[in-house]
Amino acid sequence: MRKLIFGLFIAFLPVLGLAAGAGVPLDHIKTDHTDKASLQRGAAMFTNYCMGCHSMEYARYKRVADDLEIPAKLFEENLIFTGAQIGELMKNSMNKDMAAAWFGAPPPDLTLESRLRGESWLYSYLRGFYKDESRPLGVNNVVFDKVGMPHVLVDLQGLCAVKPNIGKKASVEPLSGNVRNADACPEYAIEGSMTGAEFDQAMYDMTNFMSYMADPIKVERERLGIFVLIFVAIFFVFAYLLNREYWKDVH
Amino acid sequence: MQKLLNWVDERLPVVDAWNKHLAKYYAPKNFNFWYFFGSLAMLVLVNQLVTGIWLTMSYNPTGEGAFASVEYIMRDVQWGWLLRYLHSTGASAFFIVVYLHMFRGLMYGSYQKPRELIWLFGMLIYLVLMAEAFMGYLLPWGQMSYWGAQVIVNLFGAIPVIGEDLSLWIRGDYLISGITLNRFFALHVVALPIVLLGLVVLHILALHEVGSNNPDGIDIKKNKDENGVPKDGIPFHPYYSVHDLVGVAVFFFIFFIVVFFFPEMGGLFIEKPNFEPANALKTPEHIAPVWYFTPFYAMLRAVTVDLFGLSAKFWGVVVMGGAIAILFVLPWLDRSPVRSIRYKGWLSRIALTLFAVSFVILGYLGLVPATEGRTTVAQILTVVYFLYFILMPFYTRMEKTKPVPERVTG
Repeated sequence: MRKLIFGLFIAFLPVLGLAAGAGVPLDHIKTDHTDKASLQRGAAMFTNYCMGCHSMEYARYKRVADDLEIPAKLFEENLIFTGAQIGELMKNSMNKDMAAAWFGAPPPDLTLESRLRGESWLYSYLRGFYKDESRPLGVNNVVFDKVGMPHVLVDLQGLCAVKPNIGKKASVEPLSGNVRNADACPEYAIEGSMTGAEFDQAMYDMTNFMSYMADPIKVERERLGIFVLIFVAIFFVFAYLLNREYWKDVH
Repeated sequence: MQKLLNWVDERLPVVDAWNKHLAKYYAPKNFNFWYFFGSLAMLVLVNQLVTGIWLTMSYNPTGEGAFASVEYIMRDVQWGWLLRYLHSTGASAFFIVVYLHMFRGLMYGSYQKPRELIWLFGMLIYLVLMAEAFMGYLLPWGQMSYWGAQVIVNLFGAIPVIGEDLSLWIRGDYLISGITLNRFFALHVVALPIVLLGLVVLHILALHEVGSNNPDGIDIKKNKDENGVPKDGIPFHPYYSVHDLVGVAVFFFIFFIVVFFFPEMGGLFIEKPNFEPANALKTPEHIAPVWYFTPFYAMLRAVTVDLFGLSAKFWGVVVMGGAIAILFVLPWLDRSPVRSIRYKGWLSRIALTLFAVSFVILGYLGLVPATEGRTTVAQILTVVYFLYFILMPFYTRMEKTKPVPERVTG
């Protein structure tokens, strides 16, 4: 019987490992919501480059300012472009019907995008644009084929002439000593203002910020969780001893 | 204090009830690990009720506002995120403890005479719980909420003649809409919880009338001392109340690890497409029900042949319904002279093992997209699932059982 119980639990294990399915290869990253500097850079990048089209309408500016330790006045002056009050939701003024006519589909709200697609997907997608004249906007994306979004960050990254290497590890060629796949993009059609490494860092910051936005309570939740588990563990000791005291007379 | 108690007791039998159900309810002293899950199910039920009430205070049950109100709870409501994760994790925890509780019943023959009614009330609880979970899952109004409900409600459409009208009547619309959301909300927070609580009371009253079974399947009331107390029985309170407290601590430890560190459980407890608002015009790539329904979903998909002029989909619904319905008649299928698996023969042991394994693998198959090979496996396992019940009257009677001891063993 013991074996059966054990077998039952083992049988459940593979189910627990089941998560997002396969698909395109991705560059994997680990986000860090305690890295305030990175989150602040990501917030600046997002509000400046993304929020014209993409809202984050389930979140409030004030919460971001507080969590990221950005002074309210500084935040209002530099990161709110719609004239909204700092306590308001992070909406934008793009008309959804017109946007649908321009891009094929209105740009989605991105508050929860990181939990919908995954962090590694976002990081790879942001670095996955390349030149493709067959597309209406002249660009395509290796992670999201036939994407309707233009390459908004072309001034920073430049425009990759060929499909960027996403999901391929950097390696050193043994004979020449050249590093292969160090940068996602080996060849640019348009040069940008950032180097490959700088752009990767900027996109890490942006992904980190979007990951924080999708799950803003994560750091606090995990901090509290430790105390809750310690409490339950101590409670267990007392419950166990109480139980033993009562049961010592039962034979 | 004593005077107050007397005053109340003269008007309401509180002392009598306390004794009947706790202080002088004699439970067998040999309960093991498997006997924690009944009281844990009660604990989770209380958790669902309390967190549910508070979630209702901030939730907006309309097609326009539901998704945003859930995010409002997660972000703006004080401790809202905790309430929601306790509720969402609690839903899965409920099914885990209930499945283990039911498996305990199968192992030790707790459904056998005289406990048939306890089993039937328990099965009704399971049925209502499934309806409750299904309707609750629509409320966040995400993509998987929406399309999961769409798929399940459409199943009723497979019933000949009345099917289409029936699913229309359930939805209240031609597709899942805000109207469906409103009625599911009403059923989820008012109607079904009332039924559920009533059934739990009946389940426990019936249990306390005939007394608890035990891992040996022995009737402890046959051996009483001079005071009429079963020799192998001990008062539920304080012995099992303190015992269950240890179980509660262990359960909470695991439960809170999920709540605080893995609330999505890798997409099992909260599915990823549910982070996108419901969209009637965009079907997700892969629609899978939440894990606790997947064994039955796999059986539904396993039926691929039309029969007697009726569609495979219809027969799939019949098989799925049958898989649940057959559990109800279990007390009359088991013809064994003994209750517990400890004293049944090897045929019963093999049958129960195959049944449990097929249920778990079907659960996995229901989660992943169907392929030809997987469908074949699901078909075989569906047959195994049903054979456990259909052959039970035969293998329980023909096998050689072991002698049952007079008194409980450790």
